[in-house]
Amino acid sequence: MAILDRPVLGAPDEKTEERLERRWRDAPGIPGFFTTVDHKRIGRRYIYTSFVFFFLAGLAALVMRDQLASSNNNILAPETYNELFTLHGTTMIFLFNTPVLAGFGNFLIPLQIGARDMAFPRLNAFSYWIFLFAGLFLYSSVLVGHIPDGGWFAYVPLTGKQFSPGINIDFWGLGITFVGISTTVGAVNFIVTIFKMRCPGMTFNRMPIYVWSMLVFSFMVIFAVPAVTIAAMLNELDRLFGTAFYVPTAGGSTLLYQHLFWFWGHPEVYILFVPATGMVSMMVSVFSRRRIAGYVWIVTALVAVGFISFGVWVHHMFATGLPPLALAFFSAASLLITIPSGVQFFAWIATIWKGKVQLTVPMLFTVGFLLIFLLGGITGVMVSMLPFDWAVTDTYFIVAHLHYVLNGAVVFPIFGALYFWAPKITGKTLDERLGKISFWVMFVAFNLTFFPMHVLGMMGMPRRVWTYSNGLGWDSMNLLISVSAVFFGIGTGITLLNWVISMRRSKPAPADPWKADTLEWATSSPPPDWNFAETPVVHSRHPLWEGGVAPVLVHAGPESDDAVRSMGVEGGLEKTSPITSGRDTRASEVLEVPQETAVPLAVAFGVAVFFVGLLINASVVGVLGVAFFVVALLRWVWRTDVDRT
Amino acid sequence: MTRRTRRRAVLLLGAPVTGALLAGCNAKAPSMLHTKGSEASSIAGLWWLIFALGAGVYLVVAGFIVWALLRGRRGSGEGPVSDDAWIVWGGIGVPMVILAVLAVATVRVTSQLRKPQPNALKLEVVAKDWWWYVKYSASGVTTSNEIHLPAGQPVEIGLDSDNVIHSFWVPQLAGKLDVVPGQHNVLRFTPETVGVYRGECAEFCGVEHARMGFLVIVEPPTQFATWIANHAQAPSAPDSDAAALGEQVFMREPCAGCHTIRGTQAQGLVGPDLTNVGGRRTLAGDTLLNTPSNLANWISDAQRYKPGALMPPIPLSPTDLNNVVAYLEGLK
Repeated sequence: MAILDRPVLGAPDEKTEERLERRWRDAPGIPGFFTTVDHKRIGRRYIYTSFVFFFLAGLAALVMRDQLASSNNNILAPETYNELFTLHGTTMIFLFNTPVLAGFGNFLIPLQIGARDMAFPRLNAFSYWIFLFAGLFLYSSVLVGHIPDGGWFAYVPLTGKQFSPGINIDFWGLGITFVGISTTVGAVNFIVTIFKMRCPGMTFNRMPIYVWSMLVFSFMVIFAVPAVTIAAMLNELDRLFGTAFYVPTAGGSTLLYQHLFWFWGHPEVYILFVPATGMVSMMVSVFSRRRIAGYVWIVTALVAVGFISFGVWVHHMFATGLPPLALAFFSAASLLITIPSGVQFFAWIATIWKGKVQLTVPMLFTVGFLLIFLLGGITGVMVSMLPFDWAVTDTYFIVAHLHYVLNGAVVFPIFGALYFWAPKITGKTLDERLGKISFWVMFVAFNLTFFPMHVLGMMGMPRRVWTYSNGLGWDSMNLLISVSAVFFGIGTGITLLNWVISMRRSKPAPADPWKADTLEWATSSPPPDWNFAETPVVHSRHPLWEGGVAPVLVHAGPESDDAVRSMGVEGGLEKTSPITSGRDTRASEVLEVPQETAVPLAVAFGVAVFFVGLLINASVVGVLGVAFFVVALLRWVWRTDVDRT
Repeated sequence: MTRRTRRRAVLLLGAPVTGALLAGCNAKAPSMLHTKGSEASSIAGLWWLIFALGAGVYLVVAGFIVWALLRGRRGSGEGPVSDDAWIVWGGIGVPMVILAVLAVATVRVTSQLRKPQPNALKLEVVAKDWWWYVKYSASGVTTSNEIHLPAGQPVEIGLDSDNVIHSFWVPQLAGKLDVVPGQHNVLRFTPETVGVYRGECAEFCGVEHARMGFLVIVEPPTQFATWIANHAQAPSAPDSDAAALGEQVFMREPCAGCHTIRGTQAQGLVGPDLTNVGGRRTLAGDTLLNTPSNLANWISDAQRYKPGALMPPIPLSPTDLNNVVAYLEGLK
């Protein structure tokens, strides 16, 4: 296997580049900020916005740990504590983990498949604006002092009108539905992009594993998110209009909510986990200097996880009193989902085993992930065993388990990915030394924070308690956890600091600083607006390691002339990208990448106004929002018509 | 990383882990491993099986990771084991065997638990905001936040809620069972050892979820029989002037609207049944020890100890307060 010298793709001459620049660049300054449809700008925005939410939710966690540092503490009132843990969980799941992965996907997928943009660039801008508005919607609850307080899972009847008459829960129920639009729209865009925008030669069995993971992510989102939307909307109908879906005294069912919520909730864990493992597969391979072991095994495992994860939701409901036979089925399914994870795990070990390992910062985060996820997986097997779950469910044992999985096994790969792709995303490489310090502080503090929680749970400490009595033997361990949590926060802060410093100081990053194998490294860092002047043609899974990226003309086939033309520089100059047939990636049609436009922002704004109308129960505002939405949407559709003719 | 820093890292990680495990043996804690009931014992047995297997798997796999890294650092290249062999044995073969063992263990243990027993003592427990109402089905004895049970006899606890979802959990006796409005759940187990065990609400149920504890007092059967017999009748009339005056205050003030004292006109159901409150160990959902001064403080300013509880501050003159406390402490 030959590792080629970069740049692989020859840069166009200066004059052509200038013409490309004119054709593709956004309007400078503020107008361009609001009208861009460039997947790279949108991806960056997703990542930065979700990290703002990450640090906000982290601060909420530290305030909670301050309250729990000793028994009978009175720093927080119980209402405030309940608001904080609701905000922490909701933010981490809906406003950090999911969107940050969508952000990486947005930035990376068109580059990794050799496209000039996503399949629906305007839809892409729309999904970001919806995410931002939904985040602001949820956080406006902080400004008005009515923060949701029913937990991130918002179980009825506690969140019904009778027991939560305030507006707090409406912020949650409407906010979740709101942000779900963004996730769903983004997923559709990913699927179509991956199916139709891959460059010639990138057949399914040559797709980078990260792209596979985002494909699985997207399908899971499409099937899972409607469930949580329905769960939340039925409750909002109960709350706003007096229906009784969840009111047992009026013939409703409280457990119905739990079924709907967890039918999304458990796949959601894997929706977050699958792309994280996709990132791990990329980093493990690059820093072991060899192809990933068991490509087909890993892809099969990802797809299998996608299916099995829809059959395990009831393990969140083991203690609700459902019949044991039904529970036994879900217990077995939950055990079974270990197998695909085991397959991936040993594929990574095999890759490292035979590789030539470079312990860079991304690789350190990857190794940290392996050691943490291993434990999270083992405790996951434990809680899938029915009687053991009866003992530890709703205790700190679960808090420990879920943080090993969602913090350790998702946030660690995301931090690794930050260090890995920062050169491509920003054009600057992050400082390795600060990165190593950040990793070690995070890794040690993580284990000191979350490992003792297993023991606390087994010692009888329930979750979601704002305080606890002394004399129960929980004091010293809670203090240890609270102190360690501060260090974990510092560890993440060091990476933030590193980002700020490196963006100011570092010299420009080369096209391929890690000598990696996939197409995003074939273009400059950061990539130009048009990604690739000429569409690459690939001949292997690792185009920059073997097989090379052949020039356009070599590619033969009965494809249309227009499509072939759009692959070349002419296509770049016309602001198009080739559309390829899904299976054998023949260039068959031409995608005209739309000009910058404020229409997606306007449509998203209409949706936001509608949701505000629902929240404050003002039908005038709601109708105005819908009207704005419809008008903007007509404008959107109209433009497409013009483009087509 | 040098070998020394590596060793330091191991120490850094190892010390708190060991400490945490030792603290787990803290006798004060209501630990699920200090088992005093049939279901808790079965679960603890299962725990030791999965702990042994889990620890073994962790050590072996983490060992492979470290070994692979050390080998990979040297760049030793191809080895005798193919990629597919790693994946098939490590990722599928061995896990399948372990999971099969666990599945069998799960089914076996589950099938023994929560089965109806012919001679079970039946209770009805209703979860309220944020306390527990208890009624013994056969004798009709009612109480709150303290459940007396005879050692060695199976019990059958019916669980209901007329408000939100709660979860009934006594870690040392049994696993959890949720208390779901509109659904009658039944928890069955046998308390085995005499003692006092802490129970708590395990499902988030609103403002004072944290202060919804209770006690289970497991007694020798004869002692339990005496307790039930004593509480089958309404409490006897106050035995001191102070207590008699206190009863009048209790009935005159808002107390009687929310609390029940059997045999009197106090029949409220918002707050705990106080028929035998003088005999209880703790107050306010296992928040305060039941002493006269704590009771007085609780009556005058409950929000200080359990903010958000439905009990409002009751402004009484010092004399009235003392009399009420004397009356309530006399209810045994």
